[in-house]
Formats: sequence, structure tokens, C-alpha cells
Amino acid sequence: MTHKSDVVAMLLAGGQGSRLGVLTKSIAKPAVPYGGNYRIIDFPLSNCVNSGIYTVGVLTQYQPLVLNDYLGNGQPWDLDRINGGVHVLSPYEAIGGAEWYKGTANAIYQNITFIEKYDPKYVVILSGDHIYKMNYAKMIDFHKKNNADCTIAVLEVPWEEASRFGILATDENDKIYEFAEKPKEPKSNKASMGVYVFSWDKLRKYLTEDEANPDSSNDFGKNIIPTMLADNQRMFAFPFKGYWKDVGTIDSLWEANLDIINPNVDLDLSDKTWKIYSRNPMSPPHYIGENAKIENSSIGEGCEIDGLVDYSVVSPDVTIGTGAEVKYSVIMPGATIKDGAKVYYSIIAEDAVIEEGAQIGEIPEQLENSAEWGIAVIGSKARITKGKKIAPKDMIASGEEV
Amino acid sequence: MNGNKVLGMIFANIHEEALDALTDMRTMGSVPFCSRYRLIDFPLSNMVESGITKIGVVTNANFNSLMDHVGTGKPWDLSRKNDGLFLLPPYSLNSTTMWGNRIDAIYGNMGFLDQSNQEYVLMSDCYNVMNLDFEKLFEAHENSGAAVTIVGVKGKKPADFTSVLVFDKVDENGKIIEASLDPSTDEDVFYSCNIILIKKYLLQTLITTAHSKNEVSFQRSILMNCIKSEKAYAFDATDCFVGTIDSVQSYYDISMSLLNKDTKNKLFDKDRPIYTKERDDMPTLYGPDAEITNSLVADGCEIKGTVENSILFKGVKVEAGAVVKNSILMQDTVIGEATKINYIIADKNVNIKSGVELSGAENFPVSLSKDTRI
Repeated sequence: MTHKSDVVAMLLAGGQGSRLGVLTKSIAKPAVPYGGNYRIIDFPLSNCVNSGIYTVGVLTQYQPLVLNDYLGNGQPWDLDRINGGVHVLSPYEAIGGAEWYKGTANAIYQNITFIEKYDPKYVVILSGDHIYKMNYAKMIDFHKKNNADCTIAVLEVPWEEASRFGILATDENDKIYEFAEKPKEPKSNKASMGVYVFSWDKLRKYLTEDEANPDSSNDFGKNIIPTMLADNQRMFAFPFKGYWKDVGTIDSLWEANLDIINPNVDLDLSDKTWKIYSRNPMSPPHYIGENAKIENSSIGEGCEIDGLVDYSVVSPDVTIGTGAEVKYSVIMPGATIKDGAKVYYSIIAEDAVIEEGAQIGEIPEQLENSAEWGIAVIGSKARITKGKKIAPKDMIASGEEV
Repeated sequence: MNGNKVLGMIFANIHEEALDALTDMRTMGSVPFCSRYRLIDFPLSNMVESGITKIGVVTNANFNSLMDHVGTGKPWDLSRKNDGLFLLPPYSLNSTTMWGNRIDAIYGNMGFLDQSNQEYVLMSDCYNVMNLDFEKLFEAHENSGAAVTIVGVKGKKPADFTSVLVFDKVDENGKIIEASLDPSTDEDVFYSCNIILIKKYLLQTLITTAHSKNEVSFQRSILMNCIKSEKAYAFDATDCFVGTIDSVQSYYDISMSLLNKDTKNKLFDKDRPIYTKERDDMPTLYGPDAEITNSLVADGCEIKGTVENSILFKGVKVEAGAVVKNSILMQDTVIGEATKINYIIADKNVNIKSGVELSGAENFPVSLSKDTRI
């Protein structure tokens, strides 16, 4: 018999994240490295554990190898447990055929048996696309207090950006009366964060009905939430304050990385009461050489730095040679920047090699036409040959030699 | 010989008097070393990497921090259903005193040896910072037909230890022909690191005999006898990284030698990683005015001042205007604004307030004990 869990979290980690281009060519978006020591999925997973949720299903579909490997038995997050723990849930074959996850709601529908095993009262639906620290336990308390059927976490965004988000209009009691996906004329600036708490009996009912509807695209935002709202279910918006960032595009991923070194940004990863856990590469301390210069940057363990690093995030096990310059860039684990190479406003993915004297990206002030400027991206294990120049906005595919 | 035929035995307390205040509140094995490690990580990791699956850690007193560090042995993959890590403190079974010496400690753990189905025992202390390929040792032991193989290195004899075993004459096969205990010499010698491989039943027999005769010295009564009967072989580990910590000065010197990239990479050989307990700190942050050169730094630090030729452990803070030179700063130490320190070994959680100047010398680094406030 399985031990009962009051709360089960379901983490949607199957998306491709196609807007991240070469970075998600061979790994799922939640497995993309972030902030030096982390991968994106560390944030929702650590939030779960820190909120006292120890039963987590991770729904994978697109390129799950790296993600599965990274999650392992869940030990880095204390999720290797006798009761609950982390479970990777990929699409499977059953009598009647095999089916991919058709949409976010269908992914949960196909795993109703997993959820029922724990007989939960509440199910938390999370995505693996965001960087934020949030206490889900407070949100569940809010859900209980309101006797709600569904609670959606919301963040107040600047009015001019509201039309980029799913916007929730609420009354004075935070009760939702309208939901609009990317509205042209937003009625509110409360944006959905993609974090939902459902009372399980209600969610099961709506998932089952949604599945029976052949016209539905089986998506939470497009189908489940609007249908529940139309049925006058008790739906509330849980106000969240603090850092939250969608890292779905190259620009936002780059920006969110540099946020960890920006003193004006409210993202404290050093807080011992809300640690973000990750799988540690077990590398020795980082070494800063005689001729190195490091300013305003973060450096991970296992690095050997002999060059200049300015306003950049350098992940573990990176080598930066003598005379090399890394400015306003994100260097992912295991990359090598050889002597004299320049990396400006770029993302260098895992284990890529930038040979001597090559230059990636450009400092905006150096460009005559500012429209040409953008973040350059070098895919994982790619090699940029000696002296080669890679223009801003360019993307070099994983494993390619240029 | 496979590693799974070998039982590991690590002595966590031996020679801890050598480190003064650093071992006031901890065992030799739990002395912090090189930004993120404890001394026991080196023998533990080397043993695990050579395929050893069962390790007993013999400890005597002061083992709170040791227990905290090794826990169930998970970081070394030693938290297992079969075999794994065993802490062997005194008083745990029928004994009413602390372990008196190595013979006494092994005798007291005879039950642990009996219950282990490994054929050999590999013993190590914790004062060697090393990265050894024990598989080569196992191979050499098997090929030579030795009763006991002792790991040794060539170099200056650790001056601050008493009774160092020196191999005066070794034949081309590694057989020890002549040896002496603690010869007075300034020359380079071939000396024992006290890492010993021996058949379990032989160890049990020798220990039982020595214990019944009230012998007190493992080296004098057991090893020297094995050497006399020409059954002891030396395994030369001079090519590997082995640093013997016999004093605060050598702790400092060996630490500082790792600021050479090649030396560091010899100790942290990528093929034989050194494992340790993790703390999940964020990566280290350098501020806009940080200046850092020739240093080793762990995760979780915040550097706003100047750091030169230094070794920083997890969570160290160096405030703006502070200057840290030639120093070792252990976990969570804080160096306040405009403070200047030179040749200092600061233990965990030391807090030096703003504006202080403190200096030791290269051949006399000043130690500050845990939780010191200045």
C-alpha cells in the first residue's frame, strides 16, 4: 500500500522550448543550465522540497535523456524517499495504443493513476520554465482558506507588458472572474505564473471531461481554466511578490543569468533557509591565476581562470585562458575559452570550445548599426576554430565545427 | 586483486596533536583542507575509487564533526545495504576505555574484522593529503607475494612526527631489506606513509599476539618484525601527490603548494575524483571592485576586496577594501572592511571586524581558532 500524500506536485517538463534554438536541440528546456550551478528544473524542485511537498511527478516527453540522468533517484533534492519522492513520468503504451502527451492537461490525464495512488486532496501543477523562489505551502493555505477549487499564482507585471501574459481579472477578494490569454487590452496586470493548485476531485472531473471533448487541445491555459471559469467554479488568484522570470527565449535566459550578479535584482540564492539544490559536479575549488582579472561576476567550482571576466556567469569546470576576455556572457559547464579568445554578449553552451583568438559576439558600442546587435549562441560541444569571428545573434549548432 | 576483496580501515585520530588548535574540536580526519574538503576525504575517495566497498573509520574522541561530515557515507557511495561505511568509536562494544594505540584499536575492532568477508585489509591514517591509485598497490602486493606492503615516498622525513619508519634498503622488487625507526637525518629518505595492505587473517593473528604481550607500537612490534622476516615490501608512491601533514607549518605549506596549477591538477586528478559532503552553496560572487589573483576559492563566497595567494573555503566574505594575502580562510569566515591580513590561518566562522591589521610570516602563519571574534 502506498502511503497517502496530502499534496502531489506535477511538474510539466516535456516541452521542447524551441525558442531557445540550439540550446534545446538535444535537451529538454528544464535541463538547460542556469546560474552556474543549476539547471532550470532545480527551482521548481527545490521550491517543492522547501515547501514540504515530497511527492513530485516530472512529466517528460521531449529529449528526456539528460533530464532523466540529471534527476536520477532525486537524491540532490532529498527526494529519494520511501514514501513519495521524485518520479519521472514519460508517455507509455497501454491497451488501445500508445499516445504522446497531446497537451499539458492530457499529460496529467494520462497519469491519473499515478496521482490516485497517493489519494491527495490537492495537486500542484508546475512548469519547468521559470526561475523563482516560492513557498507553495502558503499558496495551498490560501487555497484552503478560500475553499477554492483552483488557485492560480499571479504576479503584477508592468501594464505595458501585460498583453504578453495570461491575464486574470479578479474582484476585491482575489476571486477570478475573467481569464484572457495575451489580451490586446488587458483589464488587469495580474499575470498567471503557470503555477496552479487544484482540489484533486475537481481537477479529475475536468480532466476527464476535457479528454472526452474531441475539439479540445487538452491544455490548462486554453481549455481547463476557461471551462472551470465558465462553470462558475471557485477560482482564486494568489498574489506573489518577488523575482520571477520566464526563461523561454535566448534574451530572457541571458538576462535571467546575469540577474544573479545584479545587486539591484531581488534574487537571493545565498539564503540558507530557502536553498536551491542541484546535482554537484564534485569539482575542486576554482583557481584564479596570476594574470586573471575578475569583476562583477560569478564563478563556479572546478574553473581555471587566467583571463578577464567582467559581468558574466561562469559555470563549473570552465577554462578561460590567458589574455582571453569574457564580458556580459553566460558560460555553461565545461566550456573552454582558449588564450586570447573574446566572448562578448554571448551564451556558450556546455563543453563548447572557443579556440585561440576567436571572437564570439560583439560589444554593442562597437557596432555602427545597433540593429545588428544581439546575443550570440554557441551550442554544446561546438568548436570555434582559431581566429574565427562569430557575429552577434548568430547561433552555432551543437557539435558543429566552424 | 579486486578492490571488493579489500576492507578499508581509516584511523581518524592518529597524530592529531600535530595540528594544535585545528584539532581542538575535531579529529585529524575532519580537519578542513583546500577550500572544500576534510582530510578524511582523500583516503576515503581513493579507497572507493579503487573498488573498496566496505570501510571502517576508527575514531577515538572529538568525533562530532567527523560524524557530521561522513554521515551515512552517501557522498562516497558508501551508504549501502551490503557493506558501506562503519564508524568505529570506542566504548561501543564491551570496551571501557578509549583506544590506547593502533594495536589496541584494531584488537578492539576484531569483531568488525571477523564480520567482514574481505580477504585483505588496507589501513590508512588521515594526515596524508594524497591521490593514490590503490589498484596499483593491490597489483604490486599480489605480484610480489608480500605478506605486507607499505606505501612510502621519497623525500624529507616528516620532522615533527616521532617514530617515522624509514626504509633504508629496498631491493629491486621492492622488498624491504633494512629499515629503521626515526633515524636522525636531513637527507632525503624513503619513508613510510603508514598506508598498509595486509591479509586480514595475518593482521588478526599479529594483533592478537601483540595485544597479549601488551605491545604498544604497531610499527615497532609488528611492522619491524615483518621486515626482519623479509616479508614486507615497499610501494613507492613518490610519483603521486602525497603531502604529509606533520605540523601547522606543513599544513600551510602543502595547502599553498596547490596554488601551482600543475600541482593542484596532480592532487585533483580527473580520473580519480575526491568526493566530499556538499552544502549546496550558490556560486561565488565577485563584486565590482574585487581583485583576485593566484587563489583557490570554493562556492558560496562573496569577494568585494582584494585576495592574493590565498585559499578560501565555502561561504567566506571579504568586504570592500579588505586585503587578504597568503592566507587560508575556512568556512564562513568574514573579513571586515579595510581589514588587512597576511599569513593567517583562520578556522571556521572567524569574524575579523573592520580596520584590523593582522600578520604572520611565511614560516610562521598565525592560526585563529574557530569562532574567533576580533
